[in-house]
Formats: sequence, C-alpha cells, structure tokens
Amino acid sequence: MTAAPGAAASIELRGVYKSFGKTQIIRGVNLAIAKGERHAIIGPNGAGKSTLFNLISGRFPVSSGNVLLNGADITGLKPYQINRRGLSRSFQITNIFHRLSVFENLRCSVLWSLGYKYSFWKALNGLADANERAAEVMEGIGLSRRRDTLAGLLSYAEQRALEIGITIAGGAEVILLDEPTAGMNRSETAHAVELIKKVTAGKTLVMVEHDMGVVFGLADRISVLVYGEVIATDAPAAIRSNAAVQEAYLGTTANNH
Amino acid sequence: MSAGANLGTTIRFRPLNVGRYFLWGSFALVLAVLPLFFSAGFAITMMSQMGIFIIAALAYNMLLGETGLLSFGHAVYTGLGSYFAIHALNWIAAGTLPLPVALVPLVGGLFGLLFGLLFGYIITKKAGTTFAMITLGIGEMVFAASLMFPSFFGGEGGISANRVVGKPFLGITYGPAIQVYYLIALWTFVAMIAMFALTRTPLGRVANAVRDNPERAEFIGYNTHIVRFLMFALSGFFAGIAGGLSAINFEIVSAESVGAQRSGGMLLAAYIGGVGVFFGPVIGAIIFTFFLVAMSNMTKAWLLYLGLFFMAIVMFAPGGIASVILMNLRVWKAGFMNRLWKPYAALASAGVIALGGFVAIVEMTYKLSDSGGGGAFSVFGIPIDLAKPLSWIVAGLVLAVGGFLYRRAWVAMKREWDDIQSILAERAT
Repeated sequence: MTAAPGAAASIELRGVYKSFGKTQIIRGVNLAIAKGERHAIIGPNGAGKSTLFNLISGRFPVSSGNVLLNGADITGLKPYQINRRGLSRSFQITNIFHRLSVFENLRCSVLWSLGYKYSFWKALNGLADANERAAEVMEGIGLSRRRDTLAGLLSYAEQRALEIGITIAGGAEVILLDEPTAGMNRSETAHAVELIKKVTAGKTLVMVEHDMGVVFGLADRISVLVYGEVIATDAPAAIRSNAAVQEAYLGTTANNH
Repeated sequence: MSAGANLGTTIRFRPLNVGRYFLWGSFALVLAVLPLFFSAGFAITMMSQMGIFIIAALAYNMLLGETGLLSFGHAVYTGLGSYFAIHALNWIAAGTLPLPVALVPLVGGLFGLLFGLLFGYIITKKAGTTFAMITLGIGEMVFAASLMFPSFFGGEGGISANRVVGKPFLGITYGPAIQVYYLIALWTFVAMIAMFALTRTPLGRVANAVRDNPERAEFIGYNTHIVRFLMFALSGFFAGIAGGLSAINFEIVSAESVGAQRSGGMLLAAYIGGVGVFFGPVIGAIIFTFFLVAMSNMTKAWLLYLGLFFMAIVMFAPGGIASVILMNLRVWKAGFMNRLWKPYAALASAGVIALGGFVAIVEMTYKLSDSGGGGAFSVFGIPIDLAKPLSWIVAGLVLAVGGFLYRRAWVAMKREWDDIQSILAERAT
C-alpha cells in the first residue's frame, strides 16, 4: 500500500468514493502505485474497475476523497489538465477518431505534448518532430502499413492497437489501459501483450483486465476490486493464494476451466 | 446521383496527383478569365455574388464540416461584417477613415472576428444540439437588435453607401461592376487559400479530432471548448470578409443580411456541395447562388426547386456533390467507368423526361394560381393552354413515363455501382 520510501507514488488514491445517485459504486478505495510499477486491477463484472479509471483520469468527478499524481492533488481536474500532467488512458470501448487516418490519429495525439497546442499559423507537414513521433508510434503498434486508412475502417484488433497508440503517443509517464485485450482471440491477445510490454517500458502502467493470463504475465502487483472495495493488493503469487480473493473472484474462474 | 456507399465519411481519396500549385493556379486563372466568357452585366453580378458566397460557405464549413458544429445563425457574422463595412465606406467618404476601398472587406473580417470571439466564447461551451439552439437564439437576437437600433442598422431601409470613394488606385474606382468582380475574385482566392491552409495546421486537424470524438480529444490534452471557440472565431473572421465584400457589391446592407434565411442559405450551400471535402461548399455556393440569382429570375417556383434539390441531395447523396464527384473519380481511376457510362446516360435521359413533366406541372400550377384559372403560356417553347385538360394529361403522362423509366434506370445503375464498389472494397483490404 505504500510507495517506495522517499519518492511520491505515481498514482495515489486516498479514501475515494463514488456514487451515482444513491448507488455507491466505489466505496473507500486507498491505493498507491509506485513509479515504474505494472499494476493490474481485477475483479468481477460490476466491481467498479472502469469507474475507478474514470475517476483517476478525470472523466467523472469523485464524490469524496483525493487522487494524487506524482504527489500532486489532481482531484477535480479536467481530463485535459490531467493528461497534460502526464497521465494518459485508453478505453474499454474503442475510442478513436474514426474519420481521421491512422497517421492523423497519432499525429493529433502528439501535438499537445510537443507544445503545438492550438497553433493555426504552423503547417502540420512542417512539424518534423510531430511527424517523426507519430511515425515512430505507428511503427511501434504495427500499423505503418495502414498509415492512410481511416481509423473507422480498421479491423477490430487494429483499432485496439491504435487505441493504445493514441494513449501512449503523447509520451505520458503514467498509462492507464482499460481492458486492452477485450474481444481479442488468443493470438491477437499474445500480440497485444507484447505490444503493451514494448510501448510501456519504463512507465507506470495500470490496467484493468479480465484475461488472467495477461494479468499474471504482465503485472508486478495486482489489486482485487470487489463491490467498490479493494480487498487485496499484492504480488501475483500472493494474490493467487489469497483465500479471500479466491472466494470472491478467482475461485469461480478456476471452476470454469 | 449515386452515392450509396460510404455515406457520411470524409473521403480521403486523392484522384489527381497533380501539384497543389497547379490546381490553385488553374483556379486563379479561371477566376481571371471568367468575365471574358461571361461578360454580360447579369453574369458579372452573379459571379460576384458567387465569389462572396463561396467565402461564406467555406467559413460556415469550418464549423460544420471541420469541427462538427451545426450553426443556424452564421449570418450574424457575415451580416455584422457587412454593417461595419458599409459604415466604413461612409467614413471613408466623409474623410474620417483613411482606408482604400480594397481593404474594406478586412474591416468586415475584423468585426466578424470580434463578434465571433464575443458570442463564440459562450456558444462554444456546448456542442451538439445545445450549440445549434444557442446559435439560433443569438441569430434571432441580433436580427431583433438590428431593427431596434436604427441609428446603426438603418431600420427597415438599411444603410446605404457609395463604393466610389477615396482616391482611385491605378485608375481603379470600383465604379464598374467588372472592377468589383475582380476585387471579389482576389479576396475569394486569398480567403480560400487561407482557409485551406488552416485545415493543415495543428488547430485545424485537432478540430477534426474534436468533430469525430470530442471526449477522446480531451484525453489527448485538448480543451474542446477552446478548440471550438478558436475555430468559431476564425470562421467569424472569414464570414465577416464575405460580409464586407457584399457591402461593397450591393452598396446597401439591411436587416435581412443578419437574418435566419441567410444563415439557412449557408447551411444549404455547404450541405449541397458536401461538408466532408474542402472544396464541397465551393460547388454548393455556386449552385445556391445560381438558384438565388438566375433561377429566381426565371421562375417563381425557384425556392420549391431548391428545396426539392436539397432533399434529393440529403436522401441520395448525403456526402454532397463533392463526394459524388470523388467517388466517381475513384471508379474512373480504377478503370470501371466504362461499365457506368450506359447506366448514367439512361438515368440522365429518363431524368430529363421526368423533370420536364414535373416542371411543366409545377409551372402550370403556379400560372393557374396567378391568373385565377385559364390562360396560356409556354414551357421550353411549347405553348400550353391551361384551360384544356389535355395539357395537364400530357404533362402528367410525361412525368409518369419519365418517373417509371428513371426508377428502372436507377435500379440498373445501382446494381452496377454496388458491384463496382464491392470489387473496390475487396481490393482495398
């Protein structure tokens, strides 16, 4: 639960609550994720995993509690403000710019971080650094061949790769991936795991994931979220043998196999 | 005509890989030589209005096509630009404003920008339906204000001015219509290049991103309100330039220039031409102005025809004329056009027959309600006696036969078209 001594945690949640109307979805989550850690959040459907992501990334406001990014309070900030502070997220349901080409999707995603902001006096094609960075990310996610294809016309797996590309293109130090392998077959999943390892090297990674193979293969630590509460946070091996976790979540999964 | 597939998507196919400079150069050449071919006073006036409306429709499309914002009140910015420009002309005449007439459109542009900044900041806080409703409200508000402050807006009669003011530059007085045409052509050219360049800047591209997916744009660092706001203000600037040119062209500005009908015209023109392609609104502006200026001279039913034409575009080619052109160019490039010539010819012939019958009935009906029954006139040189039932039967028959043939030709054409599209789609993957 505590970050490495001396350094502020990359992400820290302090007593975070979230209610929609009378329904409490997140019920007092405390969580600290260290710099460079690969952290997975697992839990049954409806546990509030995606909601937790939405609270961290500023999509929804918290009902109470605080969210800290690198030790600074980001509670109540807008998504773009949080993004500018170095946190970037992907979405469970593909969330791309469907009428722009693959390359334009990525180029848009690097513009702010390179300081081009809202400029309307610079020609895009003359921005060497933006074009190089976009091409580099495109190469990294394996979509160079599809450079000029409209994002909306890509296959599902390609769109998922682009989703990750958009997320990491801006060079954020903290990456949140919401079910990056959802809906993929086995080989696509294996490919996606390699991709995630490659593009998030040296960064803090938090992911929500249902595929236990992916979780245990990627994560340094795992948090188990059940009905809006974190019931355990530990290394994969310890989580596997945790009785409460087995009862709440893994047990049912194991029986299905 | 035939835009069944890929509706509503921006078409990124670039058929003619000739240099951009060549395209813009040819466009400049066309602007320059048009008056040599169409030298009648009426043609010059119409082409001047087309130039003005091209700027306005492109400015409008900076919102609709590029940023995904549907405005029902963009005449506010052309119109207020017009008012300030007409006052500027009067100030020049009075000697209080030392400005050459050629730069008066810039006055319109600056005030378009000012009001774009002023109103835009509030309007662009929201997108979607809310945005559309607020633009409608502000449009009505400005229209009402234009009748409430006659000292500035001139009340019902509007404000007039004389464009032949200040010192002539190289003998150019802007008295003759042809000189005004060239002034408008020059501004049209410059404004078009500027608006095109804007689509290839960080702001322009991020505006596309905001159009496609405003939520995701926030997660890559962009405040969508600011993106919409800046695009809105810049659009107001170009709209104001169009308004300034219109003030010079007509030498009068009245309340209708900020009115809802003018705003609707911009929407119609942009949509007819095609909002997904940069040059779409240019085509739309030309067609719309043709209806407004030429067709309205020929027939009282011009608004009916315009409305039906607009409906046909919305239903059968929602990407506008530009998308129809681009999709056919793609077919042509892929070498499949030979399969379409015949169906197209059949469709066109049937269309002419059906249209003839339809126009005859519409014109006869208008004539009938005008003359209070009976009377004779001619359509396409064919004399028609309204009192005889035969006239109506023949017109109805022509329409029915034409419509039937058109339907058949359409089905045949669509079959070929869909087949070609599926081949092209297969090739692409």
